[in-house]
Amino acid sequence: MLTPLEIEALQLSLLVGVVSIVFALPVALACAWLLARRDFWGKSLFDGIVHLPLVLPPVAVGFALLVLFGRNGIVGAFLYKTFGFTFAFNWKGAALASAVMAFPLMVRAMRLSLEAIDQRLEAAARSLGAGRWRVFATISLPLAAPGILTGAILGFARSVGEFGATITFVSNIPGQTRTLPVALYTLTQIPGSDGPAWRLAGLSLALALAALIASEMLARRLGRRLRGLD
Amino acid sequence: MIEIAIEKRLASFTLDARLEAPDSGITALFGRSGAGKTTVINALAGLLRPDRGRIAIGGETVFDSARGIDLPPERRRLGYVFQEGRLFPHYSVRGNLLYGAKRGETGPSFDAVVDLLGIKPLLARRPADLSGGEKQRVAIGRALLASPRLLLMDEPLASLDAPRKGEILPFIERLRDELRLPVFYVSHEMDEIIRLADLLVILDDGKVAASGSVEELTSRLDLWPLTGRHEAGSVVRTTLRGHDTTFGLSELAFPGGRLRVTRLALPLGTPIRVRIRARDVVLATERPAHLSIRNAFAGKVVEVAVPRGPLIDLKLDIGTPEQPVMLWARVTQRALQELQLAPGKPVFALVKTVALDRHSYGRFASGEAEAL
Repeated sequence: MLTPLEIEALQLSLLVGVVSIVFALPVALACAWLLARRDFWGKSLFDGIVHLPLVLPPVAVGFALLVLFGRNGIVGAFLYKTFGFTFAFNWKGAALASAVMAFPLMVRAMRLSLEAIDQRLEAAARSLGAGRWRVFATISLPLAAPGILTGAILGFARSVGEFGATITFVSNIPGQTRTLPVALYTLTQIPGSDGPAWRLAGLSLALALAALIASEMLARRLGRRLRGLD
Repeated sequence: MIEIAIEKRLASFTLDARLEAPDSGITALFGRSGAGKTTVINALAGLLRPDRGRIAIGGETVFDSARGIDLPPERRRLGYVFQEGRLFPHYSVRGNLLYGAKRGETGPSFDAVVDLLGIKPLLARRPADLSGGEKQRVAIGRALLASPRLLLMDEPLASLDAPRKGEILPFIERLRDELRLPVFYVSHEMDEIIRLADLLVILDDGKVAASGSVEELTSRLDLWPLTGRHEAGSVVRTTLRGHDTTFGLSELAFPGGRLRVTRLALPLGTPIRVRIRARDVVLATERPAHLSIRNAFAGKVVEVAVPRGPLIDLKLDIGTPEQPVMLWARVTQRALQELQLAPGKPVFALVKTVALDRHSYGRFASGEAEAL
């Protein structure tokens, strides 16, 4: 049904999407917590930096990643020398680019859900002898779960669709960085490939819709359970 | 002993509270909304940090700004029952109850608390399926199972209607009588305080306006602007001494007399506090006859208050020379003049049995009843 090229692009996109979300989620949650709950000097600046990937041209983000994490980049050179690890021109770089681009969306969704938590419940938990971490794990996290889930799935959809930063940072390498959108772009550059291009576009649409519907359903079910209706 | 001496500047007022309360019985914090009651109790719980001062509970300093001590709430070992219950919506009733329960602690057992509060049938339910009264009972149980050394209750009945209040009040009395747990009880309802409080602390504008026994403070004229002039009256300590089954009455004894009230379903010897509103007391200068009022107590006028409009309040002593019992009466200025009421004047105070309803009674810690 799917051509080998389509299967390769789909598998790569799913891998990049899942890995980027798994790594970005805890960091995004920590940032969302800081923004929702703490007041500190430079908070507005921090907020701005977190949201930069949302407003910058993706190509600029990709270029910045290249400068920082390329094999000769400031961080990239250190990582390569110390751990022999590199983001340059492989699927891990694609995952990093996707994670950075998805990051602000995730933070926004999580921040909203953290702000919506009734902090009086957390105070009640502390009065019952629970320390900060236990309160976070047993009260804050479960109550914010629908928002965290929404953030993760939005981020996943964004990751799967990431194009500009990816192609700038890690180029277009079949089997390594040629994800669905990159493959689609490649096809649009070849005359007479409208048919295959349509198929990839349809595949992207199906994936994105499935993610959004799944997120909606899960969030609703979680929400009902949290409100004690199930 | 619970010692509080704290200052805290807030947006609307400055709290400057100093008070000491015993390690037993129910201490009521009373005052209008915005007087600082909840602020005091939150500072005690560690949920609000005072600017300055010191808080000690049973000899342990939990907060001292000068020495840099500020124990986090989870290490203060206090139970807190909030006005709105604050049950965790994603836990069952059982999960809520066990949230703060510590294994191996010497607190009350799970079964004992569940029985005491009558919440066994609710254990599998979710907070969303509970009525207001049920929620508050679960909230009380949850606080108790954390084995607190002091229970804080912030207007736990405020969100409930009258029948639900009646459902919870006996449980709070049982905490005091059966678990011997000291309680700090915040309220702006005199009814609840008379029924429950051993020590009354009146807060006004962030400061402690007075503290003392309920009987003493409610009879103090200068506090009536705070305790409520319309509801002004006195609280008399009595002991249940007899039941009159023929007429469905009970007799409450106090030094100097016996008050007949509609039958109370309580054992003889129960110490009972009765609140008699000044406007329910009628005065006569000779022993009345041919009158339907059965409660007539001989006494004398002690003090005449400054009149307010056509009405005037009089403080009477209807006790014995050894044990005075203060009673306030409200009469018209015209009656005052025509009966020539003045300090020292012997009078009979008449109290209509019908004027006393179940809101008028409170039980108090039995240890204090010995003197009666």
